[in-house]
Amino acid sequence: MKVSFPHLGNLWIPLKAFFSGIGIEVVAPPPTTRKTVAIGAQLAPETACLPLKVTIGNMIEAINSGADTFLMVGGIGPCRLGYYCELQRDILSDLGDDVDLVVIEPPRGHFRNTVRFARLLTSRAGVRDVVEAGKLAWEKCIGIDVCEQLANAARWSEAERGAVDRAVRKGLAELDRASTIRDVQAVIANTVEHVRSCAVVGPICQLDSCARSLVTDRYGALLRSEEGDLSPLSVGVVGEIYVVMEPAVNMNLCKKLGTIGAQVMQPITFSGWIMTHVVLDIVKFMPKPDMLAWATPYLGHFVGGHGVESVGHSVQMARSGFDGVVHISPLTCMPEIVAQSILPRVSEEEGMPIMSLTIDEHTADAGLDTRLEAFCDLLAERSGKRLDGISGAGRWKDMQVL
Amino acid sequence: MTMRVGVPRGLLYHEYAPAIHTFLESCGAETVVSPQTNREILEKGLALCVDDACLPVKAFFGHAAVLSDQVDALFVARFVSVERGAYICPKFMGLPDMIRARLQNAPPIIDMCVDIRQGLGSYVSSLPCSDTCKILGVAPRRLSWAVGAALMAQRKEDRRRVKRFAPSGSAVARTGLGGYTRESIYETSLTIGVLGHAYNLDDAYLSLGLISKLEKMGVKAVTAEDYAYDNLRRWERRGADRKQVFWTAGRKLIGAARRWRETGEVDGMVHLTSFGCGPESFVAEVIARDAARHPAMPLIILNVDEHSGEAGMATRLEAFVDTVRMGKSKR
Ligand code: SF4
Ligand code: SF4
Repeated sequence: MKVSFPHLGNLWIPLKAFFSGIGIEVVAPPPTTRKTVAIGAQLAPETACLPLKVTIGNMIEAINSGADTFLMVGGIGPCRLGYYCELQRDILSDLGDDVDLVVIEPPRGHFRNTVRFARLLTSRAGVRDVVEAGKLAWEKCIGIDVCEQLANAARWSEAERGAVDRAVRKGLAELDRASTIRDVQAVIANTVEHVRSCAVVGPICQLDSCARSLVTDRYGALLRSEEGDLSPLSVGVVGEIYVVMEPAVNMNLCKKLGTIGAQVMQPITFSGWIMTHVVLDIVKFMPKPDMLAWATPYLGHFVGGHGVESVGHSVQMARSGFDGVVHISPLTCMPEIVAQSILPRVSEEEGMPIMSLTIDEHTADAGLDTRLEAFCDLLAERSGKRLDGISGAGRWKDMQVL
Repeated sequence: MTMRVGVPRGLLYHEYAPAIHTFLESCGAETVVSPQTNREILEKGLALCVDDACLPVKAFFGHAAVLSDQVDALFVARFVSVERGAYICPKFMGLPDMIRARLQNAPPIIDMCVDIRQGLGSYVSSLPCSDTCKILGVAPRRLSWAVGAALMAQRKEDRRRVKRFAPSGSAVARTGLGGYTRESIYETSLTIGVLGHAYNLDDAYLSLGLISKLEKMGVKAVTAEDYAYDNLRRWERRGADRKQVFWTAGRKLIGAARRWRETGEVDGMVHLTSFGCGPESFVAEVIARDAARHPAMPLIILNVDEHSGEAGMATRLEAFVDTVRMGKSKR
């Protein structure tokens, strides 16, 4: 059995660690490219949302590299994600591919699928091993979040173009190889040092309270931002989790913003998401209540996906002194259409520009560049900050105390 | 003076008109319903709504806009769920907020939450909604009573609607309080099952007159609304090898499609979808895949948006009806 799963940013690192840890052979699909997107777009229904198309592309590419079992998350609505697995199954069986789709359902979902997943977990290993593997994977998951946030907080000031990304990429590769929790933490410490040697690391601002405690408990001392008179343009990135987290789909949005000279804050993290949507989900089925509180009165009810988070994080960032927010969503994404309708009002009333971008398989790289540059210029003009990565007026804002 | 509450004639008004009217009137308000969708209303909606939204939501914005300066409050309920364990569509969950954010100078919006996901009992006990009480100026007890009355009115109407549909009869008649009457006057031999959201099919403007077009061609049209929901839900589960969809409308349509396919009550199926509809993109795919396995039941999918022309649809529809007729005469 060779297990594979769709790509979502760097999430393959902890997933691989977990499944290797329980004795299951893993074939990570080849990295998502434009070709992956094109394959998926051809097979999926035309008006389906982009993540479905890309995950199907991943599956086809993974099958070509030898995978025979697929993991996919399920769900019980309200959004389409919970039904992806059924369409994927249909499409794969149309192609005559002999693959097994194992769906990870929330306990209240489909019973048969839950049993199949549990059986898969314990097929090669005892419960103890599963727990151990889970711990290591969790540590790596926090690790990839730190790496990404580090890159977002530092790119704007790198002396040499691409230095931060090189350091982080090296860190991620080592993270993938690390085999104990202690190794993982050492890799992260090294990576932070390495990044600091080539750039100034801004505050790693965690808006999400549970993700914040996860990261600060481990790396708080390491990540403390340097005191200084620097104040780069700070831009938040919110939106549907898949397009936010997958650089191949959002065309390196965060990197682009960093290169333009903005410090980027991406409040959605994997560990935060797992904490709120998986761990807290088992306790009770609601999004993080604090996010809904931030989103009210603009949006007073959860709407599935990341609609509430998009609105709530925007409000939160506006109130903690961010210069602007980029909101990104797949075309026809329902929760984000709700958010997109509401965000102009948020922008008006909170006094912070917000730009909504919709992404589909046809979105062109060049067009995005121009729009982002124009947006950052506007922000720089409003705030009097500079985009050349040197310094503007003022000090770091203490964005952690929220 | 009684309060004038505007009810946009769009989306779930087409299904829940009896409940909405009874509720508001039991609270002592006068209801003002916007006119049938027309060009002007849709244009207003297009101007207000974000481009990526689906057609019925855009039209709904238009309905809300034409009412906004004539009434003291707008009724835009937050429909989260109308049955245990299912949702309707994420957009309905944020609809009042979308309207509030985009409609300038809007009157107060009554965004009462309808959420029966955990069962009716827990919904009724989670009432009353204080904001709703405040806007309507009623006491919480009166509100709970009005909700009860509304549920009863809706149930009565649902029963009446289903009873009036006799599968063997020649005419399908249905009068929604929405005001759109459909009566087939033809003795026909051809029956076509029309799939789609009630708020599209009942709205002659948004559906480009699909049902009346069929009837003019001498075809008897039946829709999922002509059956009791429980019946369709049972059909949806019958022999299903996929997991159950979690959208009520999706269950209804998949159930109807399966019923029609297996009983052969209809000779062909037309599926009207709105461009940009999220749930529909999946539901239509499921129905089309199942239909492909049963080639005896022809299916056509008509996707409409604000640019669709009536002529184009008529041509496709005629061609489809001809094929179905030919197929039937051969058999
Ligand atoms: S949140 Fe958006 S992208 Fe995700 S399943 Fe829902 S509609 Fe699709
Ligand atoms: S179900 Fe479809 S048509 Fe209806 S509001 Fe949702 S997306 Fe729009």
